[in-house]
Amino acid sequence: MRAQNWATAAIFIAAVALIAAGLRTGEAAEVAQKAVNICLECIGVG
Amino acid sequence: MKEKKRHLIQALAALAQNAHLTGFFTGQIYQGDGKHVCVPGLNCYSCPGAVGACPIGSLQAVIGGRTRNVSYYVAGTILLFGVLFGRLICGFLCPFGFVQDLLHKIPSPKPKVPRRLDRPLRWGKYAALAAVLILPAVLTDPFGIGDPVFCKYVCPAGTLEGGIPLLAHSAALRAAAGFLFSWKLLLLVAVLTASVLVYRPFCKYLCPLGGAYGLLNRFSVCRMEVDRTACTRCGACTRACKMGVDVTGNINSAECIRCGLCARGCPTRAIHYTCGKAVLGRDAKRRET
Repeated sequence: MRAQNWATAAIFIAAVALIAAGLRTGEAAEVAQKAVNICLECIGVG
Repeated sequence: MKEKKRHLIQALAALAQNAHLTGFFTGQIYQGDGKHVCVPGLNCYSCPGAVGACPIGSLQAVIGGRTRNVSYYVAGTILLFGVLFGRLICGFLCPFGFVQDLLHKIPSPKPKVPRRLDRPLRWGKYAALAAVLILPAVLTDPFGIGDPVFCKYVCPAGTLEGGIPLLAHSAALRAAAGFLFSWKLLLLVAVLTASVLVYRPFCKYLCPLGGAYGLLNRFSVCRMEVDRTACTRCGACTRACKMGVDVTGNINSAECIRCGLCARGCPTRAIHYTCGKAVLGRDAKRRET
């Protein structure tokens, strides 16, 4: 396997591990908490 | 792939990411479970149609939150999208990229940005990415909450997709809008006007998500490939590329949005999409034999 393929595999594993770690610490709920309310900063009001 | 087919995919992707269509009529944003998940493109989660979370907005919200200064979930999601598709997402799935594509079709002079200006400006998207990662963690209020600086002061997608539709529905929001909204509206008009003249100026110079995916472009599973045995080095591909990529030199450059214009422009059909070991496109059979 070429070095580039190893790098791709390593990034993929890191990405999945990060997502799993984030889910475990409740980060997805934090994202949803922000996303279900109107973000005043995002729309240029806040 | 024909441009019309790509535009159809872009339209369907924009629709899928903004499938809460009733929101555009009521001014109410979607509040369902889909908002736990980040979408691949730059699509404001305050857009009345948005059914998912914007990765850049989410990243800043988590980093700027009171409880943590590092994001695992959102960073991992961006890494995952990037390592699978790279900037193919910019070319096919990003709603704001689609808007810029359509605007560039308006007949007008299409000036070439001088190289000495273009090259340094391209670093802007990495500066924006650094700002997204650092500023919400360091510029905090007394309660430890950081501003989503990019969303607040720059993001034209938020103004177009969230600000304008929501303000159109709400007198209270219109009353609250002040200098900041005027600034963001001015930026939006500047970006949209520039998009008529220059191909995808926001993607080239300012988008932090494009910067992140660009860094992953050379490692992505789905990529472009030049068949060196078929390539005559005529340069037609590089001339066809609107993103300024040296196609035969570095086809998986951080600037390549995988739009496929180079493949269409190649007289010997030497350029292909590949996804892992699969070669995609109508000449894939010839390529594999």
